[in-house]
Amino acid sequence: MGTIDKTPQEYQKLIKKHQLTDSKVKNFFSAYLIGGLICLLGQVIINVLISTGIPKDNAGSYATISLIFIGGLLTGLGVYDEIAQFAGAGTIVPITGFANAIVSPAIESRQEGYILGLGANIYSIAGPVLTYGMLSAFLIGLFKLLL
Amino acid sequence: MKKLGKQTVQFDNPPQIISSASVVGNKESQGPLGDYFDQVISDGYNNQSTWEKAQMKMTEDVVNNALDKVNLAKEDIDFLLAGDLLNQIVASNFAARKFPVPFLGLFGACSTMIEAMAVGSMMIDGGIANRIISFTSSHYQATERQYRTPNEYGDKYPPYKQWTVTGAGATILSNETGGVALTMATLGKVIDLGVKDPKDMGSAMAPAAADTILNHLEDSDRSPSDYDLIITGDLGQVGKNLTIELLAEQGCDVTKNFDDCGVMIYNSKQKVGAGGSGCGCSAVVAASYLLPQIMYGNFNRVLLLGTGALLNPMTFLQGESIPCIAHAVVLERTGHLTEGIGRPSVQDNLATKIEATKIEDLSQSEG
Repeated sequence: MGTIDKTPQEYQKLIKKHQLTDSKVKNFFSAYLIGGLICLLGQVIINVLISTGIPKDNAGSYATISLIFIGGLLTGLGVYDEIAQFAGAGTIVPITGFANAIVSPAIESRQEGYILGLGANIYSIAGPVLTYGMLSAFLIGLFKLLL
Repeated sequence: MKKLGKQTVQFDNPPQIISSASVVGNKESQGPLGDYFDQVISDGYNNQSTWEKAQMKMTEDVVNNALDKVNLAKEDIDFLLAGDLLNQIVASNFAARKFPVPFLGLFGACSTMIEAMAVGSMMIDGGIANRIISFTSSHYQATERQYRTPNEYGDKYPPYKQWTVTGAGATILSNETGGVALTMATLGKVIDLGVKDPKDMGSAMAPAAADTILNHLEDSDRSPSDYDLIITGDLGQVGKNLTIELLAEQGCDVTKNFDDCGVMIYNSKQKVGAGGSGCGCSAVVAASYLLPQIMYGNFNRVLLLGTGALLNPMTFLQGESIPCIAHAVVLERTGHLTEGIGRPSVQDNLATKIEATKIEDLSQSEG
């Protein structure tokens, strides 16, 4: 009997042969469909609010708040990650995905207490977005000041 | 006992399994092997306040169940050998505090059950123990949050990712007569072929499984056809295919009698990617499905492997690849039936089947 004497490169080739993959085209369209539906929902909320006489700027903010609420609620009900299995980036990119990234660690870190559990871990997924969001805002601000 | 070749131990008086038990989650109970498992927990929390406590409770219950089946008390056991996937193997440590018995904590990731059975057999054949319980457990939610992302976080799983089994399994090894004998054990080396994707455990572990199988066959001077079944713990569909191909390249054909617990435990509609994984996967399939099948003679000799990925959540962020290990034990039919192995309904079914075959055999010989 021999021994397993493959190089990592040779083994990677073998893995490619056996690894199950999703169709990129299908992923693209399902992300487009669900992401688009979430945006459509936002637009419907804005239009409904405007039609009741709320100013356009405020309506936009209310729509954002509503989408964050819906994203958080669906996460709490255990549905959001199920939709994400179909939608992929379609549920991560919109603001509902940000709500999901905040609520999902919060739900389970509660087991370790409200301060050191929930409080410490609530930004464990969204942290990088906040950190680099603030950094780029700062840099762009600096850029504007200098010009 | 004596050492064969480089990695294999052959037992002079093979330790025998007198009892085995399993506790699984809902998803596992709905899979193809659902009827075999002894107990099913109500939900992920198992009437506890956290997932970790749920896993500890499962672990405690499965050990008690294995003892109850053969009317043994905790004091009748000499050693506990166990481990699991939670940091510092807490599910096993914390469950063991309820048992006034010396405890050895082991970590071989998902190979822990087989590691425990191998070490336990050496202790029994070495004469320092009469009865040993080996047990292990894994829990989907508790494992997912430790190794990956929060459970409700919406990242899309690739189809080659595996689903951690919620389940705990225990076996009691003894120097008395039992239903299944453990005749050899092959201890694995740590193998790393450079796989870095922590979602692709099957690919990472396949070379370790193939290496242990090859070394076992060489040490024991056997061929794959000497086994009714060669079964790995949790390679999943991807890892299973890779192992078959890696072995074929070395001139070892296992296509006819090879399977994987991770592939067997779920059906294709359960949205589990490439199949099951976790310490509990090989433990529950072995404890409740394989052992009864061997005891009733559907398989006479089985090579059972546990496969473990020895990473932690920090190492892959630091760019490290995933070292893996596989341990193997040889399980053989003793010809003796014990109440401890299998649920009563499973025992009845298997016994009826055997009776039916016996009657057919008779009629053939008469004809």
